[in-house]
Amino acid sequence: MPVDVGLAKLSNDLIAGGIVAYALGFLGFAIDAAYGNHAPGAAKPAPADAAVARVPAMAGAVSGAPTPTHADAASAAALADGGRTSASGLGLARGGSGNAGFTRRIGIAAIAVTLIGWLLQAGAIASRGFAVHRMPWGNMYEFTLALTFASVTAFLVILARQPVRYLGVFVMTPVVLALGLAVLVLYVPAAPLMPALHSYWLAIHVTAAVIASGVFMVGTAATVMFLVAERYAMATAAGKPVRFTALARMMPEPDALDRTAYRAFAFAFPIWTFAVIAGAIWAEYAWGHYWQWDPKETWAFITWIVYAGYLHARATAGWRGRNAAYVALLGFATIIFNFFIVNVFISGMHSYAGI
Amino acid sequence: MSETPARVEEVPTAEAFSKLDTVPDTPDELGTRQRAPRGTGDSIVHWLRWAWYTLTSMRTALILLFLLALASVPGSILPQRGGTDSFKVPEFYNAHPTIAPWLGHLGLFNVFGSPWFAAIYLLLFISLAGCVLPRSKRHLTAMRARPPAAPRNVSRLPLSASWVTSDDRDLTLERASEFLKAKHFRTDRTTSTVNAEKGYLRETGNLVFHLSLLVVLFGIAITSFYSYSGTALVKESQAFTDTAIDYDSLSHGPLVDVAKLPPFSFTLNSFDATYQHGGSANGDANSFDAHVSWQPNLQAPARDKTISVNHPLSTQGTNIYLTGHGYSPHFVIRDGSGRSYDEITPFLPQQGTFQYQGVVKLPDAKPSQLGISGFFLPTASVDPATNAPVSIFPAADNPAVVIGIYSGDLGLDNGIPQSVYTLDTSKLKLLTSVVMHPGDTITLPDGLGTVTFAGYQQWAAFQINHDPGKQVVLVAVSFMVLGLLFSLRVRRRRLWVRASADPAGRTLVEVGGLTRTDASGGFDDEFARLVAALRSSIAPLAGVDADDRSAVVNDSAVLNDRED
Repeated sequence: MPVDVGLAKLSNDLIAGGIVAYALGFLGFAIDAAYGNHAPGAAKPAPADAAVARVPAMAGAVSGAPTPTHADAASAAALADGGRTSASGLGLARGGSGNAGFTRRIGIAAIAVTLIGWLLQAGAIASRGFAVHRMPWGNMYEFTLALTFASVTAFLVILARQPVRYLGVFVMTPVVLALGLAVLVLYVPAAPLMPALHSYWLAIHVTAAVIASGVFMVGTAATVMFLVAERYAMATAAGKPVRFTALARMMPEPDALDRTAYRAFAFAFPIWTFAVIAGAIWAEYAWGHYWQWDPKETWAFITWIVYAGYLHARATAGWRGRNAAYVALLGFATIIFNFFIVNVFISGMHSYAGI
Repeated sequence: MSETPARVEEVPTAEAFSKLDTVPDTPDELGTRQRAPRGTGDSIVHWLRWAWYTLTSMRTALILLFLLALASVPGSILPQRGGTDSFKVPEFYNAHPTIAPWLGHLGLFNVFGSPWFAAIYLLLFISLAGCVLPRSKRHLTAMRARPPAAPRNVSRLPLSASWVTSDDRDLTLERASEFLKAKHFRTDRTTSTVNAEKGYLRETGNLVFHLSLLVVLFGIAITSFYSYSGTALVKESQAFTDTAIDYDSLSHGPLVDVAKLPPFSFTLNSFDATYQHGGSANGDANSFDAHVSWQPNLQAPARDKTISVNHPLSTQGTNIYLTGHGYSPHFVIRDGSGRSYDEITPFLPQQGTFQYQGVVKLPDAKPSQLGISGFFLPTASVDPATNAPVSIFPAADNPAVVIGIYSGDLGLDNGIPQSVYTLDTSKLKLLTSVVMHPGDTITLPDGLGTVTFAGYQQWAAFQINHDPGKQVVLVAVSFMVLGLLFSLRVRRRRLWVRASADPAGRTLVEVGGLTRTDASGGFDDEFARLVAALRSSIAPLAGVDADDRSAVVNDSAVLNDRED
């Protein structure tokens, strides 16, 4: 079937709009993070204190309240955290006054704008798909669109369940950069696919890879924040001066960041496993061998190993914390390498980078 | 490897743990890996034991895991002999004559078949087995065991709640027990406590995942011993029979008897290809379809089937894949003696162009051997810049051949094998270079004969694979994903309810909760929900402050009651 040029153009326009919305969302999150809940004198509790404080507070909430509910527990935990967690979230908690209220509104607006960007991007992907009559992830441009869409989706889903607005800056930064790269460098006009890609396994295998990569990206954002926050917490606990204090102060507790990162990785890892397996099944159908150590396969395998290492490291004394976080960063580095270096510079059977 | 290490201290209530650790036959996710025992002498047994403990330790497993990742890297960057780009290995040798032999000695052109790569993954799998098998045994025991006894002081657990009820102790415990059973906890009621545990599926999933990895290795071993794989180029109306002689190339495992391959056969009736017209992808194939009739054995009736990319033909555990396509120009050659030759020879596609290259050799031609070397152009045109004939599209819309016709010595008589796709022109004389369209005939000089370009046929390249290990691998990886989901989603947690009576007939209810595998958090929420629900079935005493312990007489006899 021929390419629908009108729809293809619509897709390009929608993605341009999406990028603008995301950039505005990024700006909003940045303002929120930089100026929100930093009323003068509101000292950030040292994480060690918070960790100790939380347990009795929890127990107290349970034993004290006649009918403890989820919200009770959450607010009790928030109180133990000095109100930081929820204050920086969707606005569950007692807000600050004046300036804090204004920045919180900015933060809420950032969510709204991000949501608009997300809808525009969904439209861009859908119209591209209808323009070419297939799943629109057959080349690097389309894959980048889908991957960033998965990241933003994961971020919004987490945001709906947990107060993690602070993740916004660190998620939207790579999203906006990747989309910019996609439009300026990776862009290829809408076109049908080569016969090797005519398979429902394209939908299964690449969709799984897209979702996993997108969620890995969100986990990576949380991990980077964890490393910054943890360094800050360690240094302040030791009474040492810290550089980039302003950046570090806007972070939530390292523990919360670590847990958010872990949740993302633990969610994405089985999906990545499935993506690799689905790819192997497809390879078996298409090429006659389920595993040939094609460079792309090899790097997917390396990514799998590194994240498996992360999950183990996190449960191993002496590796958890910073070391596990470094392993997680290495994991995302292998994804980046696989996507950019392997696609562009190393030839293999996955040779449809399209640039 | 084991999800959790030998020693983790994360919750500050030492008493709770010492309590847990006193239950010797029900170790949970923790405490499965012991440090190597030290200092009992330097006998070989001791040394071996130390080596075994070290190999099966988490740290070693992690290092081996990362080594495996690291070792894969050169395999993705350098061309690999066994891989799809094996033809690039000699190119690499030519381009880097100094370093290439060294890399070759290190096995870097065959990383995934090299001994050191095998050493890493075999050590890893031994380490895995050494960890997972004993753990599986322990887990089987643990699954049959009763939930561990309550710690003495339930309220000092990381999560706890307490309240006072007017119900008596037995009724309280009965209700708690029923409640926890309804919540699918494994419960054990004692005189003064209810012990409950849930989430065994976590460790089950964890073990299923790791055991499946071992099965994957087993499947790969079956593949390497019992699989075979070959390629065959089949012309239209030509038949292929699954015998070693019909393969262009055939590689097989050491336990495959090539004389007893499955007796299927197929004939390529016709081939269809459609291509992309216009745009940046002009000439890219949209579809390839090979229409064949095939028989599972010589006695069976022939059946029709279309083999296309992604849709192989499967029979007797063997898959036949379509991997390539091209043209065979049809030449009718009459030599000087009047003898006629009908040659339909496959020409191979040239990468990056729409033309096909090949040669025709006539060693029996008289008075002199004849050879044809050149190109088949499916859609012939003239390059406006060079005035040379080119093919502008892969479909046979305007077929032509551009050939050189040679006479002389083909060089076949000296016994050195030659490629059928190249012509050794060192002892040949070029008679003429021509562009021919179907039906064209050219008369050779010196009475050497005539050459007619009669037309063309298509051919298809097939890959034929038999791999009995792949089903094993598929089942194993399915269990891997399943096990992974359970081991990452389920959390193992324990709940204890202790009820102590006071003389006034009131009962102090204490609930404590403990989890050691709550990496993603959320147990505190679950605990709060459970306690809330529990309180609705064991009603608090009106007017009594829930935490007011003084309301209850601390009967030491009750508190010292053994909870077993």
